[in-house]
Amino acid sequence: MIRFTRVTKEFPRTGLALKEVSFHLARGEFTFLTGPSGAGKSTILKLIYLEEQPTAGEVKIAGASSVTIRNKDVPRVRRKMGVVFQDFRLLEDRTVEENIAFALEVTGVGHTTIQLKVARLLQLVGLSSKGPSLPRELSGGEQQRVAIARALANDPVLIVADEPTGNLDERATRGIFQLLKDINASGTTVLMATHDLELVRSTQYRTIELNHGQIVFDSRADVTPPDAGASV
Amino acid sequence: MRLAWREALLAFKRAPMLSALSITTIAFSLFAFGLFGLVALNIRKALVEVEERVEVRAFIVDGTTSESTSAAIADVRAFPEVASVTLVTPEQALDRARRELGEFNDVFDPSILPASLDVRLKGGMRDPATVHAVAERMKTYDFIDDVRYGEEWVEKLHRIRNVATIAGILLGLTFATVAIVIIGSTIRMAILARAREISIMRLVGATDSFIRSPFLIEGALKGLLGGLLALAFAWIANYVIGHFVFRADFFDIRLSVLGVLGGALIGVLGSALSVGRHLREV
Repeated sequence: MIRFTRVTKEFPRTGLALKEVSFHLARGEFTFLTGPSGAGKSTILKLIYLEEQPTAGEVKIAGASSVTIRNKDVPRVRRKMGVVFQDFRLLEDRTVEENIAFALEVTGVGHTTIQLKVARLLQLVGLSSKGPSLPRELSGGEQQRVAIARALANDPVLIVADEPTGNLDERATRGIFQLLKDINASGTTVLMATHDLELVRSTQYRTIELNHGQIVFDSRADVTPPDAGASV
Repeated sequence: MRLAWREALLAFKRAPMLSALSITTIAFSLFAFGLFGLVALNIRKALVEVEERVEVRAFIVDGTTSESTSAAIADVRAFPEVASVTLVTPEQALDRARRELGEFNDVFDPSILPASLDVRLKGGMRDPATVHAVAERMKTYDFIDDVRYGEEWVEKLHRIRNVATIAGILLGLTFATVAIVIIGSTIRMAILARAREISIMRLVGATDSFIRSPFLIEGALKGLLGGLLALAFAWIANYVIGHFVFRADFFDIRLSVLGVLGGALIGVLGSALSVGRHLREV
């Protein structure tokens, strides 16, 4: 599903963010990405959702390669994944329903399908009654559920979550984590960056730890083939 | 496309103050350009009116037969530069002199003034060189005594016209550039205010053309409304000037429509440039 092959990322102002990082994420896997602030977690996620291009090396996502991908193909690849952020990134002037529908509208889905799908997604994240609410009328946990529902709108094969529980209390954190686990159980690959070591230790999921732009620990290093030529 | 229109219209509803500010800024930029346009239009009209008075007057020797005169009139009419040729008899010349110059009110003998052929030239052929060439050709007729066309005046008028044209183009370009820069900045401000929305659209897989469409429609609508508002301001200014200072011409329908459509075009171009730049930067 995701393969990093000797990926280096250097930013003009802040310098080296990743140095020759290689790992492979299989389809249907749930993986934690941990490490201190500035370790390179967000850079890895940005490379996955194609907001950044590697300075060297290759990133492969769901069949697309960072080396050969053309700009016009980026939206098509992004539709295969859902991205969730710590700050939710909801449109404040749109209702919960509209926020979710937005993700479907941009891909050209019909009105009737959108209505049905939004209702189903709201049910899935446990917010059926909150459709007409504005994001500011919801709690942090509920807003993150909306963001997850939006991320799921296009039936992604991959969910990328950047500190999704970073702004939430313990109870909301458990709820969101459970939701991500349920999503993963249905076959979707999940990559979750987090600081929350307690959450990481409470499960048996694979953990990749970064420090100073390099992988310093991978709980399943034995299943990470280093060769770049294998299928993704 | 329906979605793009909906998003564009919703943008007005979601940020009414910013939209109103954009439209007003566009309106005032176009208004300044429109005022300049009105001044240019009226100066041009005044110059055309003055230019229409350019004529070559060829005085006919006494005793010339009417056959010779008629043949010459037909001949001169065939000149490509010539719009009309009029034979002015001594009586008509005296009438005209009495109308234009008070000193002739006490003169009753028309024979003191010679008959003449008054030649008017076609528009665009009233420059000193052409007028001079026509005058020289008129002189070749042996029954023509003298040819006058106010050489100095024609040259001065030509210089004024050239200066007015160059100044008009330079000022027009300056005003248009300033209007485009102001309108572009206004639209860019509106786009920056929605940077978050654009980044979310990209994340959920929207193509750049999908993101661009509502902004282009919004830019066109703002330009159109700004253009209409500018036209209304210009009309009011023209009315006030006409009422209190002097009567000035206003844009005809064709120019008015062109002006408003120009506003819409600037709106679209401003949006296209601003969104394009924003999409490249993020």
